[in-house]
Amino acid sequence: MSDDILVKMRDVWLEGRSDETWNPIINGVDLTLKKGEVLGLIGESGAGKSTLGLAAMGYTRDGVKISKGTVEFDGIDLLTASAAVKRELLGKRIAYVAQSAAASFNPAHKLMDQHVEGPVQHGVMGKGESEEDGMELYRKLRLPNPDQIGFRYPHQVSGGQLQRCMTAMAMSCRPDLIIFDEPTTALDVTTQIEVLASIRDIVEQFNTAAIYITHDLAVVAQMADTIKVLLKGDEVETADTRTMLSAPTQEYTKSLWAVRSFERPLKPAVNAGSVPVVSVQNVDAAYGTVPVLHDVSFDLHEGRTVAVVGESGSGKSTTARCITGLLPPTAGQIMVDGEVMPPDYRKRSKDQLRQVQMIYQMADTALNPRMSIGQIIARPVEFYLGLKGAEKRKKVDALLEQIELEPSQYYHRLPSELSGGQKQRIGIARALAAEPKFIICDEVTSALDQLVAEGILRLLARLQDELSLTYMFITHDLATVRAIADEVVVMKDGRVVEQGPKVEMFTPPHHAYTDLLLSSVPEMDPDWLTNLLTERGVDNIGDAAVDKM
Amino acid sequence: MIWFVAALIGMGAVAWVFRFAGQAATGNAPKFRDMPYGVAYGYVLGVVVLAWLAWAYMQGRSEDTAIANKFFFLRIAIEGFIIFAIAAWVFRLFGRSVGTAGTKKLFRSMPLTASFGILTILIYAIFAIFAGAIAPYGQEQIIPGVAANVIPGGDPTLGGNPDFPLGTDQIGRDILSRLIYGAQNTVGIAFATTVLAFLLGGTLGFLAATLGGWLDQLLSRAVDVLMAIPSLIFALLLMTIASVWAPQLGIPLTFFMVVIIAVIDSTRVYRLARAVGQNIVVMDYIEAAKLRGEGLGYLVFKEILPNATAPLLAEFGLRFCFVFLTIAALSFLGVGIQPPLADWGTMVRDLGGFVNFAQFAPMAATAPLLAAGAIALLTVAVNFVVDWMLQKSSGLKE
Repeated sequence: MSDDILVKMRDVWLEGRSDETWNPIINGVDLTLKKGEVLGLIGESGAGKSTLGLAAMGYTRDGVKISKGTVEFDGIDLLTASAAVKRELLGKRIAYVAQSAAASFNPAHKLMDQHVEGPVQHGVMGKGESEEDGMELYRKLRLPNPDQIGFRYPHQVSGGQLQRCMTAMAMSCRPDLIIFDEPTTALDVTTQIEVLASIRDIVEQFNTAAIYITHDLAVVAQMADTIKVLLKGDEVETADTRTMLSAPTQEYTKSLWAVRSFERPLKPAVNAGSVPVVSVQNVDAAYGTVPVLHDVSFDLHEGRTVAVVGESGSGKSTTARCITGLLPPTAGQIMVDGEVMPPDYRKRSKDQLRQVQMIYQMADTALNPRMSIGQIIARPVEFYLGLKGAEKRKKVDALLEQIELEPSQYYHRLPSELSGGQKQRIGIARALAAEPKFIICDEVTSALDQLVAEGILRLLARLQDELSLTYMFITHDLATVRAIADEVVVMKDGRVVEQGPKVEMFTPPHHAYTDLLLSSVPEMDPDWLTNLLTERGVDNIGDAAVDKM
Repeated sequence: MIWFVAALIGMGAVAWVFRFAGQAATGNAPKFRDMPYGVAYGYVLGVVVLAWLAWAYMQGRSEDTAIANKFFFLRIAIEGFIIFAIAAWVFRLFGRSVGTAGTKKLFRSMPLTASFGILTILIYAIFAIFAGAIAPYGQEQIIPGVAANVIPGGDPTLGGNPDFPLGTDQIGRDILSRLIYGAQNTVGIAFATTVLAFLLGGTLGFLAATLGGWLDQLLSRAVDVLMAIPSLIFALLLMTIASVWAPQLGIPLTFFMVVIIAVIDSTRVYRLARAVGQNIVVMDYIEAAKLRGEGLGYLVFKEILPNATAPLLAEFGLRFCFVFLTIAALSFLGVGIQPPLADWGTMVRDLGGFVNFAQFAPMAATAPLLAAGAIALLTVAVNFVVDWMLQKSSGLKE
């Protein structure tokens, strides 16, 4: 055994308890991590990547157990180690960065107080020394105002900054190993990039080993030296990043790589005289007295998809709320088929409501957990079309077939018995049940794994061709835009920055903001981040660049 | 005092030895190796308490009546505890082997406390429903010549009467029969009151959550005002007023009591329903239903209510206990269920004087405790079931 091996997991089996039995989560995976190496763990949700990552710390969540195998950290067997030994290791030599920094910080204490807790508890540094070290780390992570930011409360800093504070906290004892569990998944592309850059920098500087868990291939390509692909608890393959990206050997890995190639054929230009299905005209809107939309105008034509892109807070979803009537605009109007819609949904007729349907981002909260799939889809069928009994059942069955789910198998199930992708399909079926002309898709794929998301996109594209539906597709993911959009509307701070057909939008020259958005989307090339940083300079990425506009 | 401190310190030393011996004997097994000192102390403390209980129980069974009387109630408590535990265990075993796959699964995952609770509630329910058929005498029936024979057991050598297994009260009514009828009156009225409180509080709470705005403000502030007044005193005040009105209007006082307690308790239900409802109305499926153009009734009863059943059901059990105790308290104070109707609260008050016999004639002192025990047992049983349901609905494991 060579000395520079830090983590050695051999033939690790993990089981989780549900329904009174133990079910396998990880089936005999080996993992070796050298000092200073970054390992990327990728796979779909449910592949067991987080569980495996935590097992590398000798830790399991409640209801999970390590049934077989060994986990060694720097020669210490973590599975048989005493609580005292583990206490000495965790936090000091092994640190963990969770997906949601906002949920991981205690909102009642200042960032710095939480930062110094680890070093002080472990006796690494005194309080004052640790605070100065924290400021130094904040500076290294390029946080704005590093001497002051530690004295704020978690809610007073932005999501990207909080994630970097969390990384600084993990670094506070200079651990040998950090486990990053999807640290950038919840962030915007422009924010993600600065977190990625700073994490990579600091890991390199202190020669820290890391396990980087994510489902985003492009992200892992920037971060990892080695990539391990997991599928349903089994290892698919492991190789160093460049080999893995250029020449994957397994079918599954290839299919993951191929997801990003889905692209719809271009449609002919819209006839100049045709009436748009939905027309948003000079809409202003406000939450209370805070204005959020300023003079937003765009048209949606029959059988086409308009992608609305922008960061969170740019007003994409608010525009959707104005169209549906949940938030009556303060100025401007919404027209459907050349007819002005009442601004408040309560004033709209049943038929007007039927025309505009919505599919939500989180299928979990969009489906009533106490209703069966049949009931969920049958309700709009009954409500709008007035069908009853056998006719209703026939229509629901037809809808389930349209979304490629077997009616007899799914009709009586509850949403909790379905996977994420299937739930999203039910959301689509519920929207289709109203026989609408126009569907708003609010980030419908952002909570899904890439393979599943691609399936949803293909389904939506097919339904559009068959039923000549019009989509407004809200997203922050430009890969999705490339795949499905015909036209693109770019929004920033409640204004439309740029709009036009997709081809124009993806070819320069762009508006500066569009350019920033486009260039911030990680690519599969492992040198992408390095190149981008040299091109733009470290101080010109992320929030900093947005603020300069 | 010195002995007490010495015992605590002595136990501390024993705990240390216990942990050390455990480590040595098991070859440093994780259980002993990672055991905090506090846990080891807890084990020792537990053993000491158990030993004391065993000693006290043996004292209770002593031949010398003077000593036995001292520990009489402890003995009864321990025997009762063991009998109830066995009954609950048998009941659970029964549930696991009889019934559909669903109920079998339910019983398999059930803790002993919950099965005890369900068994007790079932027995109470049977007594309450079939009181007329089970009770040997009528609740108002005065049997001449046997008044104030409160010795239970019916053993003539101890002064009991085999015709009245639990004895008779001061004016010669059979205590057993009155206990059984008490289940019907006290529990039945409490149940009706709780249902009314839930209908009122639940409906208003959901409406406030769904509609919001001025209706929410109006209802919530009104509830705040009602909640600001101490509930028992408020109930007493209103009951006193009602006791004047009742004969004038020709409406039974019990009806007033049900309404008064229901209104006071519905404020608590309102708050819960509103809080739960507010968490549900922000869900996307509610938005989808609103955008579909659904009416208020559909939103409240089809979309919100099914998702709020778990916390509401748990609250129902808890609220039932409070209502039940309030009724017993009001009856004890003389403004609740009116004689000659049998009621546990009234029974405790009427027979309360016998508690003074506890020191030298514990058997005689059991008379008021039977009704009090019936109240306590039901309260504990309902709480066990509620705890279990809460745990199930919150998805906590183990």
